[in-house]
Amino acid sequence: MVLLIFKRIGFMIFTMIVVSIILFILLETGLTGDPATRVLGNYSSEAQREMWRDQHGYNKPIVVRYAMWLGNFATGDLGTSIRYKGPVKDVLLPRLWSTTVLGFWVFAIMIPLSLTLGVLSGMKEGSLLDRSISVFGILTTSVPEFASAVFFSALFVFGLKWLPGTSSMANGFEFKQLLLPAMVLVVYDFGYVARMTRASMAEVMTSQYVRSAVLKGLPYRQVIIRHALRNALIAPFTVIMLQINWLLSGVIVVEFFFAYKGFGALLLEASLNNDIALLEACAMIAVVVAVGSQTLADIGYTFLNPRIRFT
Amino acid sequence: MRTESMTEMPSRGYGAVIWRIIKSFGLLRESWVGIIGASIVLFWVLVAIFAPLIAHFDPNAAIMPFAKPGTVSPTGETFWLGTDHMGRDILARIVWGSRTVLTFGPLATLSAYTVGILMGLMAGYRGGLVDDILSRISDIILSFPVLVLYIIVIATIGASGINIVIAITFASSPGIMRIVRGLVLDLRNRDYVAAAQTRGESDWRIMLFEILPNARGPLIVDACLRLGYVIITIGVLGFLGLGLPPPDPDWGGMVNETRQMAMVFPHMTLFPCIAISSLILGFNLLADGLREISLRD
Repeated sequence: MVLLIFKRIGFMIFTMIVVSIILFILLETGLTGDPATRVLGNYSSEAQREMWRDQHGYNKPIVVRYAMWLGNFATGDLGTSIRYKGPVKDVLLPRLWSTTVLGFWVFAIMIPLSLTLGVLSGMKEGSLLDRSISVFGILTTSVPEFASAVFFSALFVFGLKWLPGTSSMANGFEFKQLLLPAMVLVVYDFGYVARMTRASMAEVMTSQYVRSAVLKGLPYRQVIIRHALRNALIAPFTVIMLQINWLLSGVIVVEFFFAYKGFGALLLEASLNNDIALLEACAMIAVVVAVGSQTLADIGYTFLNPRIRFT
Repeated sequence: MRTESMTEMPSRGYGAVIWRIIKSFGLLRESWVGIIGASIVLFWVLVAIFAPLIAHFDPNAAIMPFAKPGTVSPTGETFWLGTDHMGRDILARIVWGSRTVLTFGPLATLSAYTVGILMGLMAGYRGGLVDDILSRISDIILSFPVLVLYIIVIATIGASGINIVIAITFASSPGIMRIVRGLVLDLRNRDYVAAAQTRGESDWRIMLFEILPNARGPLIVDACLRLGYVIITIGVLGFLGLGLPPPDPDWGGMVNETRQMAMVFPHMTLFPCIAISSLILGFNLLADGLREISLRD
């Protein structure tokens, strides 16, 4: 199992290096357009571009540039943002924190909700409750985040006037402003987690040990809590960890819609403004978080699953 | 004799496949969820086909700004869903927008499937080094948060319909490859594959005509789900301003253009949102129905 963990971590590092090469090729080389033109705009003169290239070391050989670029990254020098006229790090850190807060609340609401619904419908496969939860899950995952954001705003902001329509936190942090973005993300995603939990629970319910527990006369409640749940919740753990990857996509839409000053909105802004240093830093962080959570999910799964743990 | 059987076999094969597809849609009657899904999808397909008959107005013509639903235009026709901030008929834009979605959605899915199936067949059937390399590549692409990948790809190659198809192919073919690879690993040891190998059929012939047709069940269900997901992606990209360039109608873009006015004119954003959600719902329900049926037999 130790070998497995090392393999996973090795693959994680390998992935990150490959991703950094891809990012470098896409954004820093002339393959998809001149970086100098991208930064200085279409109306800059060739002399200006040449000066910019010289200043920023773009005339050095490509391998040297990649090594320097990666070295800067590794030592925490993320470069300068053109848009914000300052170090990328200063822009990035507060934004990352806001998104972490949002992500925390999304998971705090989604995990109990989807696990409960999934277990309830997996307990009795094909029951009326099971079918209604499954259809409801399909319904909510069919509505894209921006559409549910529109529906929720129409209902809670313009209709009932309960919640504010933007989450820019202009006057300091306010929990009320966090509710709509979090709700949109939860509604889009809980159906998937619930469905995965249901599948896992349904499989456990047909297993030999649950049948023997029922046959030996244990109360139904005890069979579920003591025997079924413990094994049924291993698979959803992985699914939930993998939702972090998905959340990184979801926050882009939601933060853009509600003007929440978070990481996703920053990434989008950077790409729309051709702010290359900022875009690279955001993309690298997104991939580090995504791959890191996948690795944790894998390692966690091997710990939780006795069939792997004891071999 | 030999040439005759060579020409006859495929046509019989295609006929059988088409007949089975028709039959499987007939089977849908066993699942009311599937029927509802198929009807919603059919509705939008018909809307897209008959767009010129349904929409009275030019989707890009500025006629009468900020008209509420049901307003009558100066020429005596009704804006059933109102107009947007530039005076364009929303019904016409939704109807013509369905053509955009139903062109690029299936196109992107088809392209992703072509690449994904070829990669999956090679990885699963050949195995060894080919499998290792293809699997590593797909692991790396799949480890990206999807939307981040789309944003980077579109930021570098620019926003257009074809570029969206390229970005979606790039991002989703690894997922398809994994599914196909898994199915091929299961099927390649079957007797009919061994028989084809003994007959001396080429690898590609075995992959495409012996293995692929037998892997179709799970792939059809996945294609429906993926089509819904691709439509979400197209909508989201349009919403983020990375979709098709204006002014041509695109449901996600319509929401983005008018959402600042949603408080006073909710109809401008609500109707495109209902349109896209219902279409995706259709595909997801259809996929659920098909899966239910495929599990049954």
